[in-house]
Amino acid sequence: MSSRERILGRVRRALADVRQDDTPYEQAIERSYVREHGERSAEQTVDLLAGNLADYRAIVHRCATDELAAMIAGLLAGRGAQTVLVPSGLDGDWLAAVDAERVPDRAESTPHELDRVDSVVTACAVAVAETGTIVLDGSPDQGRRRITLVPDHHICVVRIPDQVVSSVPQALERLDPARPLTWISGPSATSDIELDRVEGVHGPRTLEVVLVHGPG
Amino acid sequence: MSGTYLGMPAFPPPPPPAFPEAARDAVHDQTLRGNLRHATHTIRAKRARAVAEVSDWAALREAGMRIKDHTLRHLDRYLVQLEESVTAAGGTVHWAVDADEANRIVAGLVKATGETEVVKVKSMATQEIGLNEALEAEGIRAYETDLAELIVQLGRDRPSHILVPAIHRNRGEIRDIFRQEMGEWGRPAPEGLTDTPAELAEAARLHLREKFLRAKVGVSGANFMVAETGTLVVVESEGNGRMCLTLPETLISVVGIEKILPTWQDLEVFLQTLPRSSTAERMNPYTSMWTGTTDEDGPRTFHLVLLDNGRTDTLADEVGRQALRCIRCSACLNVCPVYERAGGHAYGSVYPGPIGAILSPQLRGIASEIDASLPYASSLCGACYEVCPVAIDIPEVLVHLRERVVEGGRTTREGNKVVLRPAKGHAAERAAMRAARWAFTHPGALRTGQRLASRTRRFHPRTLPGPGRAWSGTRDLPPVPAEPFRDWWQRTHDGRDRGE
Repeated sequence: MSSRERILGRVRRALADVRQDDTPYEQAIERSYVREHGERSAEQTVDLLAGNLADYRAIVHRCATDELAAMIAGLLAGRGAQTVLVPSGLDGDWLAAVDAERVPDRAESTPHELDRVDSVVTACAVAVAETGTIVLDGSPDQGRRRITLVPDHHICVVRIPDQVVSSVPQALERLDPARPLTWISGPSATSDIELDRVEGVHGPRTLEVVLVHGPG
Repeated sequence: MSGTYLGMPAFPPPPPPAFPEAARDAVHDQTLRGNLRHATHTIRAKRARAVAEVSDWAALREAGMRIKDHTLRHLDRYLVQLEESVTAAGGTVHWAVDADEANRIVAGLVKATGETEVVKVKSMATQEIGLNEALEAEGIRAYETDLAELIVQLGRDRPSHILVPAIHRNRGEIRDIFRQEMGEWGRPAPEGLTDTPAELAEAARLHLREKFLRAKVGVSGANFMVAETGTLVVVESEGNGRMCLTLPETLISVVGIEKILPTWQDLEVFLQTLPRSSTAERMNPYTSMWTGTTDEDGPRTFHLVLLDNGRTDTLADEVGRQALRCIRCSACLNVCPVYERAGGHAYGSVYPGPIGAILSPQLRGIASEIDASLPYASSLCGACYEVCPVAIDIPEVLVHLRERVVEGGRTTREGNKVVLRPAKGHAAERAAMRAARWAFTHPGALRTGQRLASRTRRFHPRTLPGPGRAWSGTRDLPPVPAEPFRDWWQRTHDGRDRGE
């Protein structure tokens, strides 16, 4: 007998006492919890996102679409970035004013090569206000998972208000499970020393989120 | 077949002593007591605030419990569905009945890549099966990359907490371990390293980075597996998880069969309750979700090892099976008065605290001294049940397991129904209970005994002799009244109610 059959057989015998239960999954689980906490206008939702991002030490900026290129150029220059990773589908206008050398996100790059790049700029799939979370789904404007991991500085652009949802349940509705997903809530941190949160371990130690409004 | 191994590294592992002996040293260790008190109290207050932020906590807890219970009731179906989904998404599924088999599978997979080292995401399942030691025996070095696991590995120590395995260490001790040991394993600690948490985190970043960048094989567990989609989820803080899950070419995930959720939507419950219950955050810094493999992004090869190792035996227990709802948040450890004083090592398994006290004796059985003593490692105060985000009634299971220890009875071991003999250590308790049962069913004898006790009360000792000495060492024996109640009633009421 294979281990698969053995385990499945053990499970079935273990449940011998359980009465035949044909309650469909949809009815077995009562979902009396809320879809979002509180009622907020779109503007208030964005404010909550900004507040919660900042609470977990992300640096939050706001600008209009036509100011975005200058904003990104300023953030990279302020950081002294010489090189910046660029996902293949990133809007070219966003980096129009950037001096730093552009490094394309390529399959053949080694982790060591990525480690020499100073910064990365991406879009996002959705942002969650209640938890201060941005979610990346590997779309062309966000790139491979590793490009937002190895460089020490990540600039993430969120289009407001349409990319912002209130809650975790709403975010999951918008996401495609078939894509590789990364949920990011503030820069890398640890609670392993005396259970106190300290920012800055392996992921980017600086996370800057640009909330951009206006026609895109 | 050997008994279920719940991974206590120490080489070679001596059988852990019973809880009371193991806890004795810990209780007298002032540094340890201070470290544990500081950490558990910090997180307790934070957790309460994080939970108070969500108005529907009770409803989320209820839904979490129901989802888990429903899944366990149909576990065979969901396991098969998960296997199909993962396979369809490009992954390979393996099944492991016990720790030995899981270790053999993983070692074989690593060897097939030709690599001799792996980077590991913190995982309870791989600790439970003693994977690192098994790989070491096969010439494969496993590097722990979670900060607390690194502290434990460098310090040749044992984990003492589910979430923060090095909770028993304070910052000064951690600095000393880093200074002394990092050089042995790779990049040494920076010169002049101090004990500020930020500097310690920086030292870990530098030390581990070279390992991440060259790693070809990653090993992980998972917090959740979605049957419907084949998605695995790892919840973490530091980014070491993302490193291990995305940089290597091969990813091997070892996951207990109870970690399944039926649907994608179910994540909406646990992604709200887990971070708040574990690190007391609205959301943990990083959550990774992957479904099989993705072209040109992350590992090209993905293996999922589904682990039983005592879980189906636990599932067979009608009362005890609720322990399989556990999402390993560790909130129960942080509120437990026994854990706070005894620390995690005394529990003799990778699962310490209240959840460990009901999980270890079920996964491993109660044959050993430590496992027979764990159901007693509790004052039954119920704080663990209150904070549990999936409403596991830990006190109920503790009492159930105490009965199993004292009375023996039917249970399931390695898939077979067996009848346990009563444990040796509880003979006096059983004899006392038998005597009480006899006395209460023989009123004449009870009356004679009570009168005898009343008349001799001047001669009663204040403490019990023999095996009862320990019990009465911290308790007063109840005084025996001058006259038994029934005699008093007979005398003053002539055996009749006042109303008559």
